Amino acid sequence: MAPSPLVSLDGVEKRFGAVRALDGVDLAIGRGECVGLVGHNGAGKSTLMHVLAGTAAPDSGRIAVAGETQRAYSARRARQLGIRCVFQELSLCPNLTVAENIRVFHPAIRGLGWRGRAAALIADRLDEIFPGHGIAATDLVQDLSLGRRQMVEVARAFTVADEAVTLVILDEPTSALDSHTAGQLLAFMRRAVAGGMSFVFISHLLGEVLGNSDRIVVMRDGRIVAGGPARDFDRDRLVTAMGGAKEDPAAAAIAGGARDAAPLRVRARPRGNSVELLAHEGEVIGLAGLAGHGQTDLLRRIFAATRRQSGIEVGAAVALVAGDRQTDGVFPQMSIAENISIGSLGKLLQGPLISPRREAALAESWRQRIAIRTPSMGDNILSLSGGNQQKALFARALASDAPIILMDDPMRGVDIATKLEVYDLIRQEAARGRTFLWYTTETDELMQCDHVYVFRNGAIVADLPRGAVTEEKVIQSSFLETA
Amino acid sequence: MTALASPRAMRALLPALSLVLVLAGIAWLNPRAISYFGFSLMLNLAVPIALATVAQMFVIAGNDLDLSIGPFIGFTGCIAATWLNDTPLLGAAMLLGCIAVYAALGALIALRNLPSIVVTLGMSFVWQGLAILLLPKPGGAAPDWLQALMSVKPPLLPFPVLAALVIAAAAWFGLMRTSYGAVLRGSGGNPAAVARAGWSLLAIKMALFALAGLFGVLSGLALIGITTSADANIGNGYTLLSIAGVILGGGEFVGGVVSPVGAVIGALTLALAASPLLTFLRIPPDWQVGANGAILIIVLAARARIGRRSEP
Repeated sequence: MAPSPLVSLDGVEKRFGAVRALDGVDLAIGRGECVGLVGHNGAGKSTLMHVLAGTAAPDSGRIAVAGETQRAYSARRARQLGIRCVFQELSLCPNLTVAENIRVFHPAIRGLGWRGRAAALIADRLDEIFPGHGIAATDLVQDLSLGRRQMVEVARAFTVADEAVTLVILDEPTSALDSHTAGQLLAFMRRAVAGGMSFVFISHLLGEVLGNSDRIVVMRDGRIVAGGPARDFDRDRLVTAMGGAKEDPAAAAIAGGARDAAPLRVRARPRGNSVELLAHEGEVIGLAGLAGHGQTDLLRRIFAATRRQSGIEVGAAVALVAGDRQTDGVFPQMSIAENISIGSLGKLLQGPLISPRREAALAESWRQRIAIRTPSMGDNILSLSGGNQQKALFARALASDAPIILMDDPMRGVDIATKLEVYDLIRQEAARGRTFLWYTTETDELMQCDHVYVFRNGAIVADLPRGAVTEEKVIQSSFLETA
Repeated sequence: MTALASPRAMRALLPALSLVLVLAGIAWLNPRAISYFGFSLMLNLAVPIALATVAQMFVIAGNDLDLSIGPFIGFTGCIAATWLNDTPLLGAAMLLGCIAVYAALGALIALRNLPSIVVTLGMSFVWQGLAILLLPKPGGAAPDWLQALMSVKPPLLPFPVLAALVIAAAAWFGLMRTSYGAVLRGSGGNPAAVARAGWSLLAIKMALFALAGLFGVLSGLALIGITTSADANIGNGYTLLSIAGVILGGGEFVGGVVSPVGAVIGALTLALAASPLLTFLRIPPDWQVGANGAILIIVLAARARIGRRSEP
């Protein structure tokens, strides 16, 4: 390898609460090198990129750029060193024109004629990367399609007003582009690499990564688990490196009765898909795949399907356990008991009023059933730990009469002991005939399910019966390509 | 896509269209009003309203709302009719101090992440109280130069129309054409991206509020130049008028979408719809305030409807 790599990370660690997002990462990026970075949900790719771009500070570890250890590393310092980043979330101002966005990005563009200079800068880059792009520098960003916004976002990272660009981080840059413009971007990337620029390229399309990277690094659970020249990898090796199968013997405890014997509860067809999702009485159905590939959207449609709508049939009442506790789940002003009982007020009524006695009895019974750890159920919900708040939300859904329970990745950031208790609860309730639709990004939880549907780009791409579910299979289908 | 049919052109044309509608209504009810003298009379109070609207526009550009601009204009008017007349240097220093307080409010809102509605609602009582301390009962006198300025009779164009053109051009150049103006508007569109590019959101917020304070002071001066004496409650109606003017002129409450030219047109529309149109409709003065509110709701509802249809 070259005497000093452009960027090197040594033992970088980063925690978010109890979660270890980065667990001692060593990574070196050479000059004129494209490093492909792959990994499953929550492997730590995005956190690593935020550390590289200076937008997140590591808890420990060393960052060196061009051989110099960086002490006060920040987004500004990264910019000065020529490190640019195209993040997944769009970072353009929609109310400004394309040229004005370039001006905001480059404080150096000012004074008379700034508009013309900014316009020329972005137009040159757009012409170079996406010939025939059809974007004018005077267009308002909010009037552009999502794909064109992404093109501006990408091209902006390569505009130079003062400091030269040395390293560009592309985080899923092709996800909003069509195949033609994605091809243009990848071809430009190879030309820029030949010209000495370095890249970190993140994509869930393994073919793209294999075909365009010099070296590939595989992350898993906050660590780099494999790395080497791209020619040494193929799809199967990447998929194997991203996750080994881990069978959970306890999962066998769920009674897996004959699938067609029990009455059908839910029949749903994702948009633009021929495979149907079926859920019968007493089944736990898993929705798997990479985050944001249509699982939550389908759950919301099932939840909203009061009348028959195209492609969705729901045979009974539905309750939802929200994924984002803070915004969609708890009522922060209310007590634990009130948070649980709000889903079943109808049976607590005494005349037109809520009976405090029945409410307390309901809360107390759930406290015992799922072991909510609190001195009093009358305490505010926020006095509970995150895991116990989540238990209260489960209690709210289970205390209702709804025979169908939808779960939108509810176990994020919940400790393992609580998880095991909730798995038990789900098993008991399923045995009593309840149906669960469970979107989760964790393979261990998919092992708890009777049947798993894997989603990609809003469609069901795999339909795995119990026993056939392995992490390898789920990853395999999640990263399947139509190329 | 032709330039005229683009959503952007539609958005830009809407405010002008509403002004033409109101003018057409007046012309139909009373053709003699469409004259040099008629406009001078009808648009008598349009200059302070336009300045107040531009002040509000700067605040709205940063996703905030200024509920204190009306009482602030009243207070600066009271300063203009007392200290600025008696001791011009002290008066001018006071007015500059008012702008500095506005910048400090912007800093407070940015630093403590406070809702601007709460801060400015509180400040509206402070300004009102100060105005009453300064001028317990209506009185004072505007400086002669100010009265003279506001009663200039330029050839061809009535003074309020000329003043509106100058105000619109100045605000348009400052916010839409300068390079820092783009950053100011960007802070309303995507503050995180602006901060990531290395800009200080604190400095941006202070600049926006200082500009609002500057135009608020100008509005107070213009108002006193017309009325020649002051009253502590003289500006109270301007808070609502200024917000309505910005929105009528094509601005949005969030997202940094504002139009200086549209805001001035919106202010003129409101000034015309407020009193002349109602008088020509023979609505008795007792009912005009209520009718004003009704017109505001109708006009803004129409704008929201048309605006939504022209979305891409």
